[in-house]
Amino acid sequence: MIKPPVTDFATDFDHTDEAWVADPYPIMEDLRERCPVAHSDRYGGLWAPMTYEAVAAIANDTEHFTSRTVVINNGRPGDDALPAPIGVAPPISSDPPFHEIARRLLLPAFAPRPIAALEPFTRELCARLLDEMADAEFVDASVQYAEHIPVGLIAKLCGLPQEDGEQFREFVRIVLEGVDLPAEERIEAFKPVEDYISAAVYERRENPDDGLISYLLDAEITGSKLSDEHVFGSIILLIVAGIDTTWSAIGSSIWHLANNPEDLARLIAHPELLPSAVEEFLRAYAPVSMARLVKDDFEFQGCPMKKDDWIFLSFPAANRDPNAFDNADEVLIDREINRHSAFGLGIHRCLGSNLARMEMTVALEEWLKRYTKFELNNSEPTTFSQGQVRGPRRLPLRILERK
Amino acid sequence: MKIHLDTEKCQGHGRCYSLAPDLFDCDDLGTALVLVTGELNDEQLAKAKLAEGNCPEFAIVIGD
Repeated sequence: MIKPPVTDFATDFDHTDEAWVADPYPIMEDLRERCPVAHSDRYGGLWAPMTYEAVAAIANDTEHFTSRTVVINNGRPGDDALPAPIGVAPPISSDPPFHEIARRLLLPAFAPRPIAALEPFTRELCARLLDEMADAEFVDASVQYAEHIPVGLIAKLCGLPQEDGEQFREFVRIVLEGVDLPAEERIEAFKPVEDYISAAVYERRENPDDGLISYLLDAEITGSKLSDEHVFGSIILLIVAGIDTTWSAIGSSIWHLANNPEDLARLIAHPELLPSAVEEFLRAYAPVSMARLVKDDFEFQGCPMKKDDWIFLSFPAANRDPNAFDNADEVLIDREINRHSAFGLGIHRCLGSNLARMEMTVALEEWLKRYTKFELNNSEPTTFSQGQVRGPRRLPLRILERK
Repeated sequence: MKIHLDTEKCQGHGRCYSLAPDLFDCDDLGTALVLVTGELNDEQLAKAKLAEGNCPEFAIVIGD
């Protein structure tokens, strides 16, 4: 199905449109001045707030907005979802009060201390990827580097074989990038994901290990084991939410440094700036836009929202709002005050934020240890992903100086 | 000046205990805990302000 290109994002918003995929930031700015809540009849009805204030208000309002389905698609919202409040992939797709129960099960595994223990594994993985790139003058920082790092970490966390990584990336593509397919084709495309996870869960039931699948199979909510659907949904969530997000964040950071040699030189000379640089890359190039569904007819900031309308919840747009951030459109790697919302706001704060930050930090540290000058290789295209997670998928670079 | 943490607003982003580990820690779920509940000295105040200004949930207030 080929959709017509968007002519006015204010009235015909589509986050999968080529113009948005290529460079959403000027569109956000234009809409923020004109709207600031864009609308569309696509996907059965969609609203896209572009201000920090509106995004924060919706993220914190679980009374009027449900997380039952968080990937905008053509299906009737909720058709393929478990009934609220559990949703297909708890806790991301859960509403209160079940949400907190499902979230508390997973939080300890993603708290700072257990994540810090994964740092040596991450560093080794990054170093190995860089060794494989060896002395090549032309490399692809997405295909040869960024995409492999979160895959390795998620496989390790779940207790799944490292060599299954290639399949995980395909699963992510099916779930997040196939949103334009008709609902029945989407369900069909989902089959291999279902088969793989079901087999992995079955395998862990027979042979428990110390990974997250075994942990979830063993966990209890009020004295009962989790349903198979709950375990299955949470594993899908970890694979889908933990891979292309961090891959995008690492890729966008390297993309920025390739485009801004003065920031690259500054980070090499002042590695103590890396923590604030990581936060600034997260703010300016926040990969993830979430979605909500309107629970019942409801007027929000003058917009007549209807039951089951989609909300495109753009944390990237919130992060570029000049009413919330000084010099919002400038990337300042030493920004001191930075209340960015790259990991969301409210009860659905990204479960893996500590993991993502650790991966980004280690990935950039190891990269900058090897490559001290690089630029985009403009003889090949740089491409960005389409959908609710944005980041470079092809990032061809020319290495100019290495250590 | 003291640290006031609204534990209802805290969602465990972890910015405060990363930026000011002498003033904040976290529990097993990643939720913030205040380590220094009394008056802050100048050095602590600067760090506490940094934590306040980086909390995405506006859960930290430095005040009387």
